[in-house]
Amino acid sequence: MKKFKRSMLALTVVAALALATACGSGEEASKGNTQTASNSSQASEQKEEKKEEKLSGTIAIDGSSTVFPILEAVSEEYNQVQPNVKAPVGVSGTGGGFKRFVIGETDFSNASRPIKEEEAALAKENGIEYIELKLAFDGLSVVVSKDNDFVDYLTVEELNRMWVDGSDIVTWKDVRPEWPDIKIEFFSPGHDSGTYDYWNEVVLKKTDIRKDAQLSEDDNVLVMGVAGGKGGVGYFGYAYYYENQDKLKVVAIDNGNGPIVPTEDSINDGTYAPLSRPMYMYVNKESLKRPEVLDYLTFLNEHVGELALEVGYINMPQSDYDKNAEIIKNAK
Amino acid sequence: MEMNREKSVSELIAQNHSKRSLLKFTENAVPKFLLVCAVVSILTTIGIVFTLLFETFTFFKTVSFIEFITSKEWHPMHSNPNFGILPLVTGTLLVTAIAITVAIPIGLGAAIYLSEYASEKMRKVIKPVLEVLAGVPTIVYGFFALTFVTPMLRQVVPDLSIYNALSPGIVVGIMIIPMIASLSEDAMSSVPNSIRQGAYALGATKLEVAIKVVLPAALSGVIASFVLAMSRAIGETMIVTVAGGANPTTAIDVTSAIQTMTAYIVQVSLGDATYGSTVYYSIYAVGMTLFVFTLVMNVLAFFISRKFREEY
Repeated sequence: MKKFKRSMLALTVVAALALATACGSGEEASKGNTQTASNSSQASEQKEEKKEEKLSGTIAIDGSSTVFPILEAVSEEYNQVQPNVKAPVGVSGTGGGFKRFVIGETDFSNASRPIKEEEAALAKENGIEYIELKLAFDGLSVVVSKDNDFVDYLTVEELNRMWVDGSDIVTWKDVRPEWPDIKIEFFSPGHDSGTYDYWNEVVLKKTDIRKDAQLSEDDNVLVMGVAGGKGGVGYFGYAYYYENQDKLKVVAIDNGNGPIVPTEDSINDGTYAPLSRPMYMYVNKESLKRPEVLDYLTFLNEHVGELALEVGYINMPQSDYDKNAEIIKNAK
Repeated sequence: MEMNREKSVSELIAQNHSKRSLLKFTENAVPKFLLVCAVVSILTTIGIVFTLLFETFTFFKTVSFIEFITSKEWHPMHSNPNFGILPLVTGTLLVTAIAITVAIPIGLGAAIYLSEYASEKMRKVIKPVLEVLAGVPTIVYGFFALTFVTPMLRQVVPDLSIYNALSPGIVVGIMIIPMIASLSEDAMSSVPNSIRQGAYALGATKLEVAIKVVLPAALSGVIASFVLAMSRAIGETMIVTVAGGANPTTAIDVTSAIQTMTAYIVQVSLGDATYGSTVYYSIYAVGMTLFVFTLVMNVLAFFISRKFREEY
């Protein structure tokens, strides 16, 4: 019995030693990893320092809530590159933004329409010189289900009758008598989105949306809703429709000159009116003398196309961004 | 030899003393630590209640309480906003009613089988598998409802909207089956065997024993499980958000889109509701309404299980 106990004790000691050895090995391995990681980060830091000079300062930006999502994305990306440059983006609206811009209060003003003559006159009066840049296009697609075989086009007037609060339209037959008596289900981006704001402006004419429209901030929910039934109808950015062409059918829009189907071409050249428009940025020339403003603007022009797509707008052809670069260079 | 032994004993006594004082410290400290743990959970509950109360009070400074509980329109973002909770309550109760309709027969049937008919071997297999239903994340149930149950139901109900009350109702029902089955089975199993044996002695069949003797004896526990399951269904969030739609309405129509209180909270939280706006505070008002519903249900369950408990 005593001999058995002794051998058990010996076995325990051996096991403990083995465990300790294993732990020790682990420590050495992890130390090695740490050193490697440290070397990697040092190397990348050196590269970054060579590439980018550190800038600091604040850039004042205000204007359109429609253009806001793009600028917000640009500011977030730029902050990764230049953490000490602050570029908060205000949303006073196109008109509100211009009010601040023409008195020199802001460096950039975002706009969903060209500057008006009165605004330009005020700027001149205050000695503000500016350049105008196009950033991207906003294009809305009106979509129905792939299964919907009768809706070929809609007029803007029909859209308005369908979507406004208090509308008595319930079925597609109510829209156009030759269409079948199928209940319409309405799907719309939520009030918080720029897409809704645009729709509210050009289709709803600034009135409320119908009460039974189903709102969602998630475009996937809208896609599912429209594609899920013959009677569904909805709208969102053209880019989002483009990604879901297998489930959705786009509706041509007639604004008095015959039905126009939204494509990158018809959106870019403005024929797909009123559901497409360019988005602008106005830049105070005086501000470009500050290095952080010029750098931000250069960064913006390089990345705005991809970021516009990310937030649901449509990028311009590269030649247009090259034009922007030329305008910026000449403005210095 | 004598000297060594004495030293040894002295050392042992000293050791014992220090051990004992350490033990005393432990015996004093651990209960205090455990008390702190208990207090933390109580304080958390109190914190939640106070947050809901405070923010809800802020909401009712701008919205009439009478409007909130009587209006049949919920349109917080319109130019003339309307904050009537009834459409959200209707949507919530509609889904819950469907869920209960599905879950009670199945859950109770499973419980009766497990407690009265299943062999020990069979019970060991079925019960764990049933519990798995309780472990499935509800977002998975949500996609199951939207991508499997809804298309399947449309074969039977052609007019069913892609977003409707029926599909999430059924899936919420499936989600709460284990709760009913498990709690009901526990209640039935706790009925003493002597009662069963007495019935058998009088010539009753197994079915008669199960339904006329054991079930009535366990009724308080069974009904409590129903109420708790309803409470769970009312508070369910992801299934109804994914599959139920976003159309607050007081119409009782299982084939059309609805919106529940929970789904509304998700919708607003995903948006950009400005901090301090009425829409922002409406989240708390709806949350408080949910809290009141589930609190009433839980208190009711507690009351039922105590009031109708049978003494054997």
